[in-house]
Amino acid sequence: MDTLIQQLINGVTLGAVYALVALGYTMVYGIIGLINFAHGEVVMIGTMVAFTVIVSLAGSGMPPLLVLALGLAVSTLVCMVLGWALERVAYRPLRHAPRLTPLITAIGMSIVLQNVAMIIWGRNYITFPPMINKQIYDLGGASFTNVQVSIVFLAALMMIGLIYLVHRTRIGMAMRATAQNPQVASLMGVDINRVIAMAFVIGSALGAIAGCMVGSYYEIAHYQMGFMLGLKAFTAAVLGGIGNLAGAMAGGLLLGIIEALGAGYIGDLTGDFLGSHYQDIFAFIVLIIVLMFRPSGLFGERTGDRA
Amino acid sequence: MLEVNGLRVSYGGIQAVRGISFHVDEGEMVALIGANGAGKSSTLRALARLVNPVGGNVRYRGKELLSLPAHQLVAEGIALVPEGRGIFPRMTTSENLRMGAFSRNDKQAVERDLEHVFSLFPRLAERAQQVAGTLSGGEQQMLAIGRALMSQPKLMLLDEPSMGLAPIMVQKIFEVIRTVASQGMTILLIEQNAKLALEVSQRGYVMESGTISLTEESAKLLADPKVRAAYLGE
Ligand SMILES: Nc1ncnc2c1ncn2[C@@H]1O[C@H](COP(=O)(O)OP(=O)(O)OP(=O)(O)O)[C@@H](O)[C@H]1O
Ligand SMILES: [Mg+2]
Repeated sequence: MDTLIQQLINGVTLGAVYALVALGYTMVYGIIGLINFAHGEVVMIGTMVAFTVIVSLAGSGMPPLLVLALGLAVSTLVCMVLGWALERVAYRPLRHAPRLTPLITAIGMSIVLQNVAMIIWGRNYITFPPMINKQIYDLGGASFTNVQVSIVFLAALMMIGLIYLVHRTRIGMAMRATAQNPQVASLMGVDINRVIAMAFVIGSALGAIAGCMVGSYYEIAHYQMGFMLGLKAFTAAVLGGIGNLAGAMAGGLLLGIIEALGAGYIGDLTGDFLGSHYQDIFAFIVLIIVLMFRPSGLFGERTGDRA
Repeated sequence: MLEVNGLRVSYGGIQAVRGISFHVDEGEMVALIGANGAGKSSTLRALARLVNPVGGNVRYRGKELLSLPAHQLVAEGIALVPEGRGIFPRMTTSENLRMGAFSRNDKQAVERDLEHVFSLFPRLAERAQQVAGTLSGGEQQMLAIGRALMSQPKLMLLDEPSMGLAPIMVQKIFEVIRTVASQGMTILLIEQNAKLALEVSQRGYVMESGTISLTEESAKLLADPKVRAAYLGE
């Protein structure tokens, strides 16, 4: 019972992060049908930038929470610019190219970003200086920390903000129209180049925030961390139905929970043959099952509906 | 109001429009008729900048239209009702109509125009909160026309508003087109249904494999034996 509650708590935390990253994949896919494989690397850059800011300000005597907030703000800004530049430089020139071309470019961009990060931050694991005084709370034999609470709370806030943006604002309306029929959207006066750029910028901002969460949760970072995180978030997006915002949120949460429960019970299930460090396999089992039995995902739209 | 000169459209190697010239005057309704594949839709799509013409120029109220990007046309008062309607399937009827007013920022006038569209098409008012993808074909056509009206256009380009609709629905839609025209709207109308198009319009152009083969007052075209034989099925 303790394990169950504990793993649920861990799963929700992890799931909140996956959901934020998954939103970046799904927004871009929903609007231009591209799987931006470099998105995981944008998240990694977000973590790294936050790390640099925090480390360089840690000794300055500023209040730790302010340092953390600055780290978050700078890394969000950097990632927004990065997302914008990726679209502008790598994907826009390929807008009318065959589908495989931008996909391969995306993989290329992710390799480029990894190498840039390796040059800047080195090839070793880097440790985050703890900024928050970690407090541990007890819940029926399981425990959770204030870091976890902040992650879940902040992620929920971002998602509510995104839903508001997409459904209640002018730019959100333009985004939905562009996703459904770009040509007609432009007839209505929507500058679709701007909308596409916005999708990248917003997705990257969410990714940066997720990156900071990962950094402060695990307290380590590495230039290759974006690969696995990106793949899992992509799985979450597919699980929810890629292109669907609510789907990405639900898919992220679900995947986090599946993974945490899997990690908690894999020892029992296999007679301790496999340990909890095998938790990564669950995401891929989920991916394979979804692709085999319900490729449109849980909330999937019929593909015929797509513009 | 609109003056097209030597317009050419190609898709890869195929020349769909081979240097056509025509004009539409303020307050006029002009019909462009022709067989399938004659290049009618291509002409409209070029005017709306959905395809890039390979030649020619288009003057609209003294401006060179082809130098503007597509998303700026609506602010110039040009609205296209595309072939196949092009509604936003996952938005509601009323969201679709509001998209028509996307480039406007006079909120109160938008609300007033929304009421106006609902009065022209009471069916749309009943379906205001319905997701547009589930509307019938006729309702979607009403929506496409209503959405175009929401932009307060000066020139409407209609691409086959009668396509695939039952006669009663065609009648309803053309009633509204007549009403709108009688209030002073300038309209360029493309139709397969040549008889109907020539009945409502003042002038007509006949298009044949990418060129304009005939132009006349609509009444005269209706009486022309060649036109009757080729396009009115007589
Ligand atoms: N996107 C495209 N790619 C290639 N060829 C095209 C494309 N769109 C149209 N064409 C070709 O251009 C020619 C003119 O097409 P267009 O749609 O303008 O005809 P139309 O007069 O509107 O016909 P209809 O009455 O059937 O709608 C046709 O031969 C068509 O096959
Ligand atoms: Mg056509």
